[in-house]
Amino acid sequence: MSTPAAPPTAPPIIPAAPPALTGRTRSWSVRAVALLVLAVALVLAAVASVAFGARGVTWADIVAGVSGSQETLAEAAVAQRVPRTVLAAVVGAALGVSGALLQGISRNPLADPGIFGINNGAALFVVIGMSFFGMTSPYAYIWVALLGAAVTAVFVYLVGSLGRGGATPLKLALAGAATSIALSSLVSAVILPRVEVMDSFRFWQIGGVGGAAFDTIARVAPFLLVGFLLALISARGLDSLALGDEMARGLGVKVERTRIIAGVGAVLLCGGATAVAGPIAFIGLVVPHLCRMVYGPDHRWLLPLSAVTGAVLLTISDVVGRVIARPEELEVGIVTALVGAPFFIVVVRRMKVRAL
Amino acid sequence: MVARPGAPEAGTASTPPVASVIAQVSAGRRARRRRYLLVCAVLAVLILVTVAVSLLFGRQTFSPAEVIRVLLGEQVPGASFTVGVLRLPRALVGALAGAAFGMAGITFQTMLRNPLASPDIIGISSGASAAAVFCIVLLSMSETAVSIVATLAALVTAGVIYLLSFRDGLSGTRLILIGIGISAMLQSVVSYVLSRAAQWDLQTAMRWLNGNLNGSTMDQVLPLVVAVVVAGAVLALLAKSLDALRLGEETSAALGVRVERTRVLLILFSVTLLAFATAAAGPVAFVAFLAGPISVRLLGSAGSAGSPLLPAALVGALLILVADFAGQFAFGTRYPVGVITGVLGAPYLIYLLIRSTRTGGAQ
Repeated sequence: MSTPAAPPTAPPIIPAAPPALTGRTRSWSVRAVALLVLAVALVLAAVASVAFGARGVTWADIVAGVSGSQETLAEAAVAQRVPRTVLAAVVGAALGVSGALLQGISRNPLADPGIFGINNGAALFVVIGMSFFGMTSPYAYIWVALLGAAVTAVFVYLVGSLGRGGATPLKLALAGAATSIALSSLVSAVILPRVEVMDSFRFWQIGGVGGAAFDTIARVAPFLLVGFLLALISARGLDSLALGDEMARGLGVKVERTRIIAGVGAVLLCGGATAVAGPIAFIGLVVPHLCRMVYGPDHRWLLPLSAVTGAVLLTISDVVGRVIARPEELEVGIVTALVGAPFFIVVVRRMKVRAL
Repeated sequence: MVARPGAPEAGTASTPPVASVIAQVSAGRRARRRRYLLVCAVLAVLILVTVAVSLLFGRQTFSPAEVIRVLLGEQVPGASFTVGVLRLPRALVGALAGAAFGMAGITFQTMLRNPLASPDIIGISSGASAAAVFCIVLLSMSETAVSIVATLAALVTAGVIYLLSFRDGLSGTRLILIGIGISAMLQSVVSYVLSRAAQWDLQTAMRWLNGNLNGSTMDQVLPLVVAVVVAGAVLALLAKSLDALRLGEETSAALGVRVERTRVLLILFSVTLLAFATAAAGPVAFVAFLAGPISVRLLGSAGSAGSPLLPAALVGALLILVADFAGQFAFGTRYPVGVITGVLGAPYLIYLLIRSTRTGGAQ
């Protein structure tokens, strides 16, 4: 094992001893205040998401639209923004938690569903479903996207963790990048002869929450709920995993079982999110890092807070995308990539060379 | 080499005579040299055969005599257009672009000491793609202008990646990771622009996603030739220093290599190669990545007998030519070359990933 026991990254994670050993890493008051701030931020983001958009609306329109009236264009726009806001929040939460889980499982600060190519795996399966099995229902998409996400996640993790040193950030990132190139060529191979699929796919591929409706959200909700539950169950085990496999085993943690539970949770969350919103990269990378800076590495806090932070971040990104490109919209997947990639680079630059 | 148990001298005499050791070593060297030349010659012949086949066969088949007359500049009814205007530029652009990809790929892989660190995987091609798609779809620029912008964009991308990964010296791993991050960002720009594309721009723009030789013209050949010859020559001159860089920064500095200057030159010229090839053929998936490892595998122990550039260039050219021909005619639909190389490359890539991580090569 050349991987150090603590996640190989910058100061916030170095004191990675589990709370059981060192006590609480942050005082309750700090956590409470931060939690309050987050809650307020979520409410504000939701209000902003309903109020701002490509079309300017008045306060009266907002009130009328939220209460269900769709008589004017402005009111209809508002009414349409409500499910969109909910979807953005749900997807953001799912991606945030799945990123935190992946980073915990692999002890890898660069883990993200997008970097790992999991999104592309889901995309390939969706495209195959569309082209060869004539799938049209969003419900079917969810299942194939989940399957694709799971297969890719397992594959990339296996390939990246073979050999000396286990799953180092570099190997996992390279395995992910290379796998996504391969997968996207396969996607092209499938869609190029099929113009109609190509047309609908290029919009799915970007990742957006624009076409949201409450029944899509309801369809994917069970998967996400199970994912969140699994995440919470595995929280303690992930804390011990941070110490390294052997130490965790010594503490009586069933390492493999924890990895599998957390892994299934992560795949359900990011597969479900990808199925409804298309591939959205970098939320899963950024959110856990932000949360760790404030809350420390305790997964029992980190996971729920990653959910809230993810929700806030994705909702805000969606609002930003709607506002900066008026009268058109910038899909949220693009906003997150443009913001998230520099963050990724900052994380890489802060890492010590040896840790890579 | 001498102490190997299989070697006859080592088993019998405790100190083998110097002359026989020298003879043995130089015999080994000659054998490796022969194998090196043989591999290169076979690859070159295969390339010629593929070019010939792609000129002769297609929707319409021409006789060798007709093709030769077209190549000599005569006007042959029917054949002049199909062979001279459609097939010949296509084959030439494919071969040259493949050679350029191969050389750029092996330079990066050797320099960063990682077979997975080819410029297409670490995001330099995506700079060219993003710029090209942007120019085609949003600015409606002409082909030539697009090529120039794409070349500049690839250079800028490489520069940005290099600068960002520079912190207390350059670390290959950091460079690769930052490249992956940049490439993710640029890919999202590409998909955004594509989502804004009108249907008729989509075809042209898709070429920049996968790599495609459709619509290659003779105008594209000359810049490629210049790039391949000039940059190839510079890279060949730097081959010794590149070899030393492989031993690590400190060792090569001790060997008298100016590490920083060499590295900047290597990056500059291999990115130029890559950019010209990308401008002509699009970012053909995996060619830069595959050419190096395949040529190394073909050469075996003979890899040390000559510059790795030439075999990598030949393998790159062969890959593109074969993939393009297969893409055009092997399936019901005409697939662009990049899709074929992407799909063919995937299993090999997986193999390589598993192998290189097992031996710890990708650390």
